[in-house]
Amino acid sequence: MAPSYNAKEEDGHQPGATGHGGAGTMTNKKPDNTAFKQQRLPAWQPILTAGTVLPAFFVIGLIFIPIGFILIVYGLTLLIDYTGVDMSSPCYNCSQSYSWNNTQSCTCSVHFSLDQPFESNVFMYYGLSNFYQNHRRYVKSRDDSQLNGDKTSLQYHICTLNRCSKECEPYRSSDKPIAPCGAIANSLFNDTLELYYIDPNGSRTAIPLVKKGIAWWTDKHVKFRNPSGNNNLTVVFQGTSKPVNWRKPVFELDPLDSDNNGFINEDFIVWMRTAALPTFRKLYCIIQKKPNNMTPTLPRGEYILEVTYNYPVRSFDGRKRMILSTISWMGGKNPFLGIAYITVGSVCFCLGLVLLSIHYRYGKRNNSAEISS
Amino acid sequence: MDFSVLRNLISRYCAGEEYWVDSRTVYIGHKEPPPAAEAYIPQRYPDNRIVSSKYTLWNFIPKNLFEQFRRIANFYFLLIFLVQLIIDTPTSPVTSGLPLFFVITVTAIKQGYEDWLRHKADCSINECPVDMVQQGTVVRTQSSKLRVGDVVMVREDETFPCDLLLLSSSHDDGTCYVTTTSLDGESSHKTYYAVPDTMDFKTEQKVDSLHATIECEQPQPDLYKFVGRINIYKEREDPIARSLGAENLLLRGATLKNTEHIYAVAIYTGMDTKMALNYQSKSQKRSAVEKSMNAFLIVYLCILISKAVINTVLKYAWQWSVDRDEPWYNHRTEIDRERHVVIRAFTDFLAFMVLFNYIIPVSMYVTVEMQKFLGSYFIAWDKDMYDEELGVGAQVNTSDLNEELGQVEYVFTDKTGTLTENNMEFIECCVDGHVYIPHAICNGQILSAASSIDMIDSSPGGYRREHEDLFFRALCLCHTVQVKEEETVDSIKRGIHLGKPTSFYISSSPDEVALVEGMKRLGYTYLRLKDSHMEILNKDDEIERFELLHVLNFDSVRRRMSVIVKSSSGEYLLFCKGADTSIFPRVVSGKVEQVRARVEQNAVEGLRTLCVAYRSLSPVEYEETCHQLDDAKLALQDREQRLAQAYDLIERDFTLLGATAVEDRLQEKAADTIESLQKAGMKVWVLTGDKMETAAATCYASKLFRRSTQILELTKKRTEEQSLHDVLFDLSRTVLRQRTLSGLSVECQDYGLIIDGATLSAVLKPSPESSGSGNYREIFLEISRNCSAVLCCRMAPLQKAQIVKLIKASKEHPITLAIGDGANDVSMILEAHVGIGIMGKEGRQAARNSDYAIPKFKHLKKMLLVHGHLYYVRIAELVQYFFYKNVCFIFPQFLYQFFCGFSQQPLYDTAYLTLYNISFTSLPILLYSLIEKHISIETLKRDPTLYRDVAKNSLLRWPVFLYWTCLGLFNACIFFFGAYFLFDNTTFTSNGQLMTTNTQMMFGNWTFGTLVFTVLVFTVTLKLALDTHHWTWINHFVIWGSLLFYVIFSLLWGGIIWPFLNYQRMYYVFMQMLSSGPAWLGIILLITISLLPDVVKKVLCRTLWPTATERAQSNRPCLTVELSTIFVLTQSDNRLSF
Repeated sequence: MAPSYNAKEEDGHQPGATGHGGAGTMTNKKPDNTAFKQQRLPAWQPILTAGTVLPAFFVIGLIFIPIGFILIVYGLTLLIDYTGVDMSSPCYNCSQSYSWNNTQSCTCSVHFSLDQPFESNVFMYYGLSNFYQNHRRYVKSRDDSQLNGDKTSLQYHICTLNRCSKECEPYRSSDKPIAPCGAIANSLFNDTLELYYIDPNGSRTAIPLVKKGIAWWTDKHVKFRNPSGNNNLTVVFQGTSKPVNWRKPVFELDPLDSDNNGFINEDFIVWMRTAALPTFRKLYCIIQKKPNNMTPTLPRGEYILEVTYNYPVRSFDGRKRMILSTISWMGGKNPFLGIAYITVGSVCFCLGLVLLSIHYRYGKRNNSAEISS
Repeated sequence: MDFSVLRNLISRYCAGEEYWVDSRTVYIGHKEPPPAAEAYIPQRYPDNRIVSSKYTLWNFIPKNLFEQFRRIANFYFLLIFLVQLIIDTPTSPVTSGLPLFFVITVTAIKQGYEDWLRHKADCSINECPVDMVQQGTVVRTQSSKLRVGDVVMVREDETFPCDLLLLSSSHDDGTCYVTTTSLDGESSHKTYYAVPDTMDFKTEQKVDSLHATIECEQPQPDLYKFVGRINIYKEREDPIARSLGAENLLLRGATLKNTEHIYAVAIYTGMDTKMALNYQSKSQKRSAVEKSMNAFLIVYLCILISKAVINTVLKYAWQWSVDRDEPWYNHRTEIDRERHVVIRAFTDFLAFMVLFNYIIPVSMYVTVEMQKFLGSYFIAWDKDMYDEELGVGAQVNTSDLNEELGQVEYVFTDKTGTLTENNMEFIECCVDGHVYIPHAICNGQILSAASSIDMIDSSPGGYRREHEDLFFRALCLCHTVQVKEEETVDSIKRGIHLGKPTSFYISSSPDEVALVEGMKRLGYTYLRLKDSHMEILNKDDEIERFELLHVLNFDSVRRRMSVIVKSSSGEYLLFCKGADTSIFPRVVSGKVEQVRARVEQNAVEGLRTLCVAYRSLSPVEYEETCHQLDDAKLALQDREQRLAQAYDLIERDFTLLGATAVEDRLQEKAADTIESLQKAGMKVWVLTGDKMETAAATCYASKLFRRSTQILELTKKRTEEQSLHDVLFDLSRTVLRQRTLSGLSVECQDYGLIIDGATLSAVLKPSPESSGSGNYREIFLEISRNCSAVLCCRMAPLQKAQIVKLIKASKEHPITLAIGDGANDVSMILEAHVGIGIMGKEGRQAARNSDYAIPKFKHLKKMLLVHGHLYYVRIAELVQYFFYKNVCFIFPQFLYQFFCGFSQQPLYDTAYLTLYNISFTSLPILLYSLIEKHISIETLKRDPTLYRDVAKNSLLRWPVFLYWTCLGLFNACIFFFGAYFLFDNTTFTSNGQLMTTNTQMMFGNWTFGTLVFTVLVFTVTLKLALDTHHWTWINHFVIWGSLLFYVIFSLLWGGIIWPFLNYQRMYYVFMQMLSSGPAWLGIILLITISLLPDVVKKVLCRTLWPTATERAQSNRPCLTVELSTIFVLTQSDNRLSF
């Protein structure tokens, strides 16, 4: 209502602004003859016709199919389930006799053999299934500022003033504040895996497992930090208690290597990156290739996987796996990506052929009809 | 006489409420009437402050917020926001609060700014100085201090501060001239009259001594209606009562002209003034697109709710076992555990709602509003719709209906001034069957002197001579034309008048001007009205004076006007001119047959004819007439009706003098425009008040009817012979038979229907006793539906609106457009879906009430065929795309719930959730909806049939909507399951060897979401790129720019530990993803798969079943290469036969 009302009022104040007289005053209202205002900007006007799309389809087909084959060919993977659900499996006993308070650790060993040698660096993963690391209550149950070395969130009395993250509930404090707090940290995977090669002559050789360099560099060096002030982590973490399910406090995760202890322990960091799906695998360690490069990292033969069985998964029907994988220049073995590429490539190629025939039969006819008339 | 006052008093006291009073009493100068007359009842009126502003400083925030949240969409988003604040939801309140806050703030700032402007304008109006008469002196006060009953002095060129009743003017005859340009756009000077009894109060002192009261009706918005009575008390005399009419009331906003000063009394002040009452907001029109949008919204709301319900139910089904609900690694808090399960379920439902609420984004409303607002500028900017002569371009009064211009199915057009120029030229007159033609009528050039009369006459006889004299005098006297002296006109100098001081004529009716000017050319010049004497310069250069006694004004019901004059010889004469149908029945003598023949012949040629008759009155008859008129004029109740009765009694027993013919030329390119509109599939109806023959001639001239058209008549003439019932059935049989016969043949017989006002009202008249009333209506609709063109003549303004309403309400609910230029078209302009006003000669009232105003009828072609088409295509894509991209956005999140234990874990990071609709995908579609041009403007203009491609809301029908939604669902599944298999089946790691600082690493849930989101943003943007047919540099800039912006934003968002966030989950996620080879391959693959089906569908449809639009698009390259017009012609012919 009102804007037009005002316009009229102003009109009324101009003496002699009659309709006839308007011609003189209103000429400046003539629209500008610019390309933009007249909607005449120069433009590229592509149309999707069979003719223009055809080459694209063939090109996609020709590029995708080879990529798919490359992705399928490369990479080796070995997967061993050591959960111990079956009576026959070696870890059955361990999986049955489980309690958190158990100080006596249960070990079991799984035999397996490699048909093919694993070349170059081999990556060892542990895999869990039916474990909802992506549950909302779980995902947010962490305190990033605490993990970043913020000392205030380690102190009990400040936490009572609700200054520290409430997200960690109910894993925030027992009698003292818990460090690291939250459900994620509390459920840290604590099985120990060891790998032995059995020589044809029967002797066991331990395979060196490198447990460093498995986390994101940025996580290890920026996002996760031990509280500063003292090199002795025991002092730093005084006044905190360990997570309920942990056997040892956070400053004893790797007592031998101060660079891998406390919050910047790489196993811990890897665990803290919550998985996207309920079935997931996480990097456990790297088996580095031999320096002489003559023998493969893991030669063909018999192996033993020694498991210190601590982690309970039976209650939620979970499975535990150990995975060995090599990585190509395109990442690990990737059957899905490879198959998908081949499929899409062939579909594009076929569509190209179909369109070509349609284009010749109908497109020509349309054009000729239009031109001849 | 006092009875009514008494009755008012009684009713006032009985009702006990002031607003029951149907009239107000104003005491001039606040002087109480003599005690004998009546009791002094002080009434309270608003002061003269104009308040157009909505808000004050104090109530701005609450009132504005209230206003904004009354919109259902805003309220919905507020609700979501509140839910997020109250319960523990997966996304932070910021995600919905920030956009909402943004939208609300921007709107509030805009409205606040507008209101501030209004405040400023109000202030300057309210503070403008006014001269008030107080105790015999002139006092200067502010306009806002004026009260009802104050006496005001207004000088020349001043604007009236409120509605005033004229008491006296500096002119001796108590008249003043006023222009109401700012009120209704009519530039002519209108004359207002003072009551004779107050005319002499010409000085401050005298005015102050005036003792009178005014009774008048309560304020009402009709500008041309006012009924009142003034009681003047003189000492020791009975009070004199005089009637007051609209001619006494000076309206606020009008300007005093050619009059030194006037005295007047304030009657209506402030918000009671007719101007203020007239600027009430018009009823909101809503476009068809908006309606479909709302329907889609409801569908999406249902989807949203069902998604939330499904997930809630599944969640509780899934959580049945405690090990799933609370596995050892993931316990609830105590408080949570203690909560009742019903409350928990309800909270979960709300949380799901919040998680999925982005499917109905706030930004859609903002984008649609912006598109409409900004888009409408292209209409105003269009130089093809600029008229050099008038100096105006198209004008957009509402931007809500841009796309409706592309949906029009029925065009209702006025004839006079719309199809025709309304530039009247006197062609000929005929006295008793003898024809007079002034020559040299071309180009408005006027040759003075009587020598230019070319009479096609043979034998001048005494009797004829007498009639001839009377005829010319009648035309010189019977009008309301004013003479305007050259020097009073400020800026216009008509070339032909340069040099000598001439005067020219001004009237609200161009016919009258044409007639008076025609008379001038025939030797009889109307000079002026002076002291209620009209002066005429006759053929022999003698001045004749007639005393003007009464003017019986023209109205559209009577369709005639009369004057009563007293000649210098003391003879009383009544001259009347009017439409033939209203004159002939009242004629008792004269050569009726000859005149009628001539009138009909002229009408067939498309000329406007008027008949002139007279009657001489004896003094006795005159007295009686005077008495009747005065009686009627004094009446307070039903004055209109009584006046009409009085006129009816007076205007009879005429002697026919002759007839005039005035030509109204067709507007430039009117025929071409109508042809294009018809080719575009629109049905054009002409609604006119003119007589049938004239209107039909115009229709033929404008190619609405062709020679091949079979005309069906539904007129009074026919219904007099047969009953209406029979005629209707006859016609419908004709039409229907034709249709069944020609069901298979290509060429269909063209029908044109002519219906007149009388028959129409008979058709529409609801007659309860006969069951056929509804039936007639249906039959009429059925007939008209099968006619390519319909002409409705003899229409009253209200009937025009009735027709529009009838068609609107018919079962297909077609979109209607009404176009007109005069005040009589306003009702249909307001009634139709789209109202277009022509900025013509009959004032600006139509343009003011319209949704769009254009200078000429021919501009309608570009308006509809080009702008309407483009806007429709743009907004349709905008709406569909918005729903599509939000399905793509939210559906993966829905799917993710199945893999995260229905825990409402969001798939995307908060920043992505918030910014997706605001910045990553908003600009490309907004730009697309502003400048997309799928076909060139030239093609659209050349080929009107393309308009049929978008008719009937074709781009927003349910199948199309379903296609888009399915495409969205398909894409969403591709995104989600693509990423799922990438993560599930493989060791999805980045390449350790290539990056020295970084080894291979695992990706978590946030990388998963980021991967899906990246594919999503690229896919929806590229989908829009595929739909864009018009790539200007701006499109390139915005489309590639917004993708680049996404990448840069993600790099930045993940590149820093943000100190104000309590989580750092996105830290380096995007960069790590980009450093992984499979991620790249996956992204490329998923985008390709998502876009593939749409591309294939498009190509196949274009090749196998091309629409006219697509043909036109494909032809474009050929045309630009070989610019042969013959080729173009064959093309369009070819298309026609399709």
